[in-house]
Amino acid sequence: MSETTTERPAADIVFDHVTKRYPGQETPALDDLSMTVPAGETCCLVGPSGGGKTTAMKLVNRLIDFESGDITIGGNSIRAVDVTTLRRDIGYVIQQVGLFPHMTIAGNIAVIPGLLGWSKDRIRKRTDELLDLVRLDRSFGTRYPAQLSGGQQQRVGLARALAVDPPVMLMDEPFGALDPITRTEIQDEFLNLESEISKTVIFVTHDIDEAIKMGDKIAVLRQGGVLAQYGTADELLAHPADDYVADFVGADRGLKRLSLRRMREVVNGSAAAPDDAPAVDADASLRIGLSTLFASGASAVRVTDGGRVLGAVTLDQLQSAVTRSTS
Amino acid sequence: MTGYLSFFSDQAALLVRLTVGHILLSVVAVVISIVIAVPLGAWIGHLHRGSFLVVNAGNVLRSLPTLAIVAIVIALFGFGYVNITVALVILAFPLVLTNTFTAVEGVDPGTVEAARGMGMTGWQILTRVELPSSIPLMMSGIRTSWVYVVATAYLATFAGATGTLGDVIANISGYGLTGVLAAATVSIVLAFLGDALLGLVERGLTPTGLALAQRAPATT
Repeated sequence: MSETTTERPAADIVFDHVTKRYPGQETPALDDLSMTVPAGETCCLVGPSGGGKTTAMKLVNRLIDFESGDITIGGNSIRAVDVTTLRRDIGYVIQQVGLFPHMTIAGNIAVIPGLLGWSKDRIRKRTDELLDLVRLDRSFGTRYPAQLSGGQQQRVGLARALAVDPPVMLMDEPFGALDPITRTEIQDEFLNLESEISKTVIFVTHDIDEAIKMGDKIAVLRQGGVLAQYGTADELLAHPADDYVADFVGADRGLKRLSLRRMREVVNGSAAAPDDAPAVDADASLRIGLSTLFASGASAVRVTDGGRVLGAVTLDQLQSAVTRSTS
Repeated sequence: MTGYLSFFSDQAALLVRLTVGHILLSVVAVVISIVIAVPLGAWIGHLHRGSFLVVNAGNVLRSLPTLAIVAIVIALFGFGYVNITVALVILAFPLVLTNTFTAVEGVDPGTVEAARGMGMTGWQILTRVELPSSIPLMMSGIRTSWVYVVATAYLATFAGATGTLGDVIANISGYGLTGVLAAATVSIVLAFLGDALLGLVERGLTPTGLALAQRAPATT
């Protein structure tokens, strides 16, 4: 372990024909999974219960062992290193959070750095850094988990997982237990945080909307642990591989695709918006644009960036933005 | 009544001597029980295996009349101090064992999974996560075992060990009813005082964060 805690490069995760069969079960939990999560990307694993998504994730830090195939992180087989060493280099965040109730927040964050023998000064500096990163006041360091709300606890869970700046993170429905408002807030912050720190993330969720929001790539698994489709959200929504995936991503996938793109990308700079056109921010999604358009009854919306008007977007443009790559 | 009260002053020296002996025997029995039961219970609880065996074996041991154990132990160790110590350990051991086991096994699975996933070894999980969280329940097992042991230690006299309050309690012809009542009173006070003292120890040992969590369950 190097002395610096920042800027450890992310590593790709490769599943190579991995099969996992639990004893006494006919169908495998995971059936010949092969896929690559490129370094620095977030891969969301979605699928029904029994689809093997959590199994696939737990294979990576060997909480579950597998019989055939291999998994590599940055080119090294996870079976080539000692399991404790492997896990200390993988951030782990779970739905139940699992903070240690008898330790302070700072104590929780410092567990692995402590086991790795970091100096007190270095641990304190790192703890402050991490509390800043997850947007908790530094004074939280001396509090106990029982004194925090669910959302705050999960922020600490994130900070703890990031303590030694692991190149890889595994997240098992990390925001699943939070109320919708807190959930959206912490999702947005995690997206922000990811842009600051480069991590390869495997993110398990049963919520396709969360997967679309959080994932650079989405892997859809089906019963029996078979990979139904692996691709970007846009690919899945535009070209679902089969009826199962189409059904899973939802009948409203056209609308969901609108969420993936921003008004800025489709605005027509030469077209002037009609006088009655409502204004929409350039960074708003096409879905917001469509909603604004429908609500106002105007024929186009005016796209603004700060005070500046970038141009107009009509209903036809919104439609073609979705249909163009589909046809 | 006057006889009861005057027994304390008339036989003060005897009572003090026997009380000290009673305390010593009880402490030794409870300490031995802790030394055996805590590691064993913690390990079984950590492995999440053998709960059926532990609970049932514990219940069987607890249901044995201690006087019967004294009789059985005579065959193994003869009369004396060892005999009553063994019998009291058999009384206290299952209480400490089942409580330790239940406490460690009952630590929140999410917490243990997080610890494992972070790369803590089994030993680190046990000593740094599971045991600290188990202190309140473990201590209540120890407190109960103290009360049982103190209340039962008078059987020493039947095991051929003198120097406990049993010398008076089991000798109604020698000391009369007032003597028996007085010695029993001391025994009761010992049980409660020890329990209260251990309660203070429990409060001291329970980590602050855990006490907070028990007072106000986390909102998740």
